[in-house]
Amino acid sequence: MKARVIVTLKAGVLDPQGKAIEGALRSLGVEGVAGVRQGKVFDVELETADRAEAEAQLKAACEKLLANTVIENFAIEI
Amino acid sequence: MKAAVVVFPGSNREGDMARALRQATGRAPAMVWHAEHELPAGTDLVVLPGGFSYGDYLRCGAIAGRAPVMEAVRAHAARGGLTLGVCNGFQILCESGLLPGVLMRNAGLRFVCRMQHLRVERTDTAFTRHYAPGQTIEVAIAHGEGNYEADDETIRRLEDEGRVAFRYCDAAGHVGGAANPNGSRNDIAGIYSAERNVLGLMPHPENLIDPLVGGTDGRALFESLAAA
Repeated sequence: MKARVIVTLKAGVLDPQGKAIEGALRSLGVEGVAGVRQGKVFDVELETADRAEAEAQLKAACEKLLANTVIENFAIEI
Repeated sequence: MKAAVVVFPGSNREGDMARALRQATGRAPAMVWHAEHELPAGTDLVVLPGGFSYGDYLRCGAIAGRAPVMEAVRAHAARGGLTLGVCNGFQILCESGLLPGVLMRNAGLRFVCRMQHLRVERTDTAFTRHYAPGQTIEVAIAHGEGNYEADDETIRRLEDEGRVAFRYCDAAGHVGGAANPNGSRNDIAGIYSAERNVLGLMPHPENLIDPLVGGTDGRALFESLAAA
């Protein structure tokens, strides 16, 4: 089963990289960008075919390693 | 004082750290590979050195923070054992949950490598007894992710409990403003655990132990530990 995990910075956490990307877009003439926040995407191949099991495994993966829950949120797409 | 230095794939300051420990304690520390499950018997002090463990993949210190040896380090710290993390070692301590907060990308986005003044916040801990109260020291910094962040509640707790170990300052000892090299909250350069037996800091005291290479302001930290 294929799944996707998306890790994003929590609201209120400063994101200097996102700010730099936002500035670069502006200098490239890309208009209308009000803000950029950088995150991470993990495409994960799971052995199970069971949706609930996959969700539980990915949640554990996020909490143990993929996200630092002090500053990051995660979302799971199966 | 029996010290052990943990070596991860990508650590690169373990040699400097071993030299500083040998100079202060009179004996070479044990070098412990990250895949070990135990520390050498009778270890008094565990040190996580600087470097780029696991190439800084995922987040700085994230993978090292979950390495097999970290269970033993966690047990050592829980017993009250002295634990020091410098630079990447500080990032690993935060990622492993031994210290609160996180080291984020420097606010200026640049890797900062230069000399930096610090104010020693307290001199009643196992790490700082050989410094003078309120002393300003000059040590090296070299990091891209040293911007200490934590939620307001955690920052308040660290301040209320006197757990800030070092703050960035200028040569005159004035904290903050342009003296802050990376945007850290409250100009924090290093913090203690609640029991003050775990210290994490971004600067490199181990590089300032010899007048030949820029100064000796780091020496008192190792001398404090040697006497602990």
